[in-house]
Amino acid sequence: METTFLPLLVVLPMLAAFLIPLFAKLWQRSADLIANAVGAALLGLSVFGAVCLFTDSHAIVYRLGGWAPTLGITLVFDHLTALVAMAVNVVGFAALLFSVRYLDRYTGRWKFFALFMLVLAGLNGVTITGDLFNLFVFVEIAAVSSYALVAFGTDFDELEAGFKYMVIGEIGGIAVLLGIALLYAKASALNMAVVSQVMAELGHTPLFWFIVALFLVGFAVKMAMVPFHAWLPDAHPSAPAPVSALLSGVFIKVLGVYAMCRVMFNVFGLSRANAPVFFDLLLAFGVLSIVAGGLLAYAQKDYKRLLAYSSISQIGYILIGLGIGNYWAIVGALFHVLAHALSKGLLFLTSGSVEHATGTRDLDKLSGLEKKMPLTAWSYLLGSLSLAGVPPFAGFFSKFFVVIGAVQAKLYWLAILAALFSTVTLGYLVKVANSAFFSRKDRDPSAAHESPATMVLAMLALLVLTLVLGIGFKPALDQLVGPAAQVLLNGLGYARSVLGG
Amino acid sequence: MVALLACLLLVLIGLYAVVTKRNIIRIVIGFSLVEYAVNLFFALVGFKRDALPPIITDVAQTRNFVDPLPQALVLTAIVIGLATTALMLALAMRIYEKYRTFDITEIRRLRG
Repeated sequence: METTFLPLLVVLPMLAAFLIPLFAKLWQRSADLIANAVGAALLGLSVFGAVCLFTDSHAIVYRLGGWAPTLGITLVFDHLTALVAMAVNVVGFAALLFSVRYLDRYTGRWKFFALFMLVLAGLNGVTITGDLFNLFVFVEIAAVSSYALVAFGTDFDELEAGFKYMVIGEIGGIAVLLGIALLYAKASALNMAVVSQVMAELGHTPLFWFIVALFLVGFAVKMAMVPFHAWLPDAHPSAPAPVSALLSGVFIKVLGVYAMCRVMFNVFGLSRANAPVFFDLLLAFGVLSIVAGGLLAYAQKDYKRLLAYSSISQIGYILIGLGIGNYWAIVGALFHVLAHALSKGLLFLTSGSVEHATGTRDLDKLSGLEKKMPLTAWSYLLGSLSLAGVPPFAGFFSKFFVVIGAVQAKLYWLAILAALFSTVTLGYLVKVANSAFFSRKDRDPSAAHESPATMVLAMLALLVLTLVLGIGFKPALDQLVGPAAQVLLNGLGYARSVLGG
Repeated sequence: MVALLACLLLVLIGLYAVVTKRNIIRIVIGFSLVEYAVNLFFALVGFKRDALPPIITDVAQTRNFVDPLPQALVLTAIVIGLATTALMLALAMRIYEKYRTFDITEIRRLRG
């Protein structure tokens, strides 16, 4: 009975995306109202699902139309889903709240909210689906709407970034589709649990590795790990700020990290023990992403572009956590999914707030904003401390757990590199704080002002959650992140928990 | 097997167009080619020689029938392909209105 809430996670935003254009014709502002109501409802549903899992540790499984797994599509809500779904809907709701006033300078606001709802439908769909083709469909729903949102400003930069993003993103999507076709040819099933059982019997043939490679390329493009990252520093800054917050905060993690983890760990049953090469590859990509993203971020003069490169670097931390592959490293990676979603969402919202107030994102033109917009400035500062991994904040614990994992795996150089690059992270984030907010010279006498209440509220909400996650890391670890890591380490045990028995 | 390899060849031709062509419209055409090749591959996965259409009237008689699932999936994939092609062409039109060119080497305002 209590499983019936699962399809609502997709149905509600889909319905909203359909209703918004209808009602917006009658009353412009209804778009804001519907979108925010649905955002709040989705947040409530994902929290409800997570709370259900506290008491009953089994995965919540919903069979669409009541069909048994080989024939029908199953929706699965386990601990890993709970973690990712909460991240999606928290950042999504904050971004929606922020959009209400931020969008005043754009035309066609109902189009924005309708597309935003479709992105949320796709992201939630990816997290709860238990079927491979369904996964592809939701990935494409989220991706296609996000291409449109990146190009939403329809100016030179936005169009160029949107097209570039679309070309590279679609190559990833097609790689995944080809992988699914080959997998279906081999396993004659698409349900993840059933496929995982069939693949376990087939063993690791060359074809198996070819399929793994196709999925890896597809998801690597979506998560922008370094050799596949070219689109991200163009696309994320070009989108309107709330969309950047959603894209950088959760989009790359759901379509990239979450989908990859689910397929590699739970469907293909890869683990450090049986596929060391694959995990070494993740480590190599992770190190490349941390180093290249971190160093390139230093060189940026554009507020949002700097944050975008920082996202590439932080994805690297998640990747090395997964690549090390022991319990603490995976806990660190998943904790970072949550911590980075909150703090990077917050940082991108502050960039929107600054752009809203001053009309520019150029760090050379911004200065001394702390006096005029103190709440934005301090949100930025605390958010960036969390992202860089300064002790009482959430980002510290995720990096700390990754380092513990690296030490346990006797990869000391990796532990040192992770710690070193967290100071690099602090370096480039402080650069923004210095030049935009806390510089003494007042080169910008324009009438900058604190943003409207709803925008500040959205930023403060994310800030408070970042602080809560940092101070309350122990309950978060026990109830949310630890069990989620167990889902990944459990590997093929996923099939048993979905199919029952 | 030959048909499957031919699909792979089609994918590679399409990718070649996407990677090397400078004209945006040709890139979109390359994409359509890749999409159709993957869809064709998926449809062929379910194909069996001398098999019956998958319309089951009497369960006892029908043993050797074509797998209907890939066809249903390919229909979905075609619709997704339609959406991506439409959006790509829409972007191409807006880019042309702004830049007055389809040449991607001249559409480079974003750097490093």
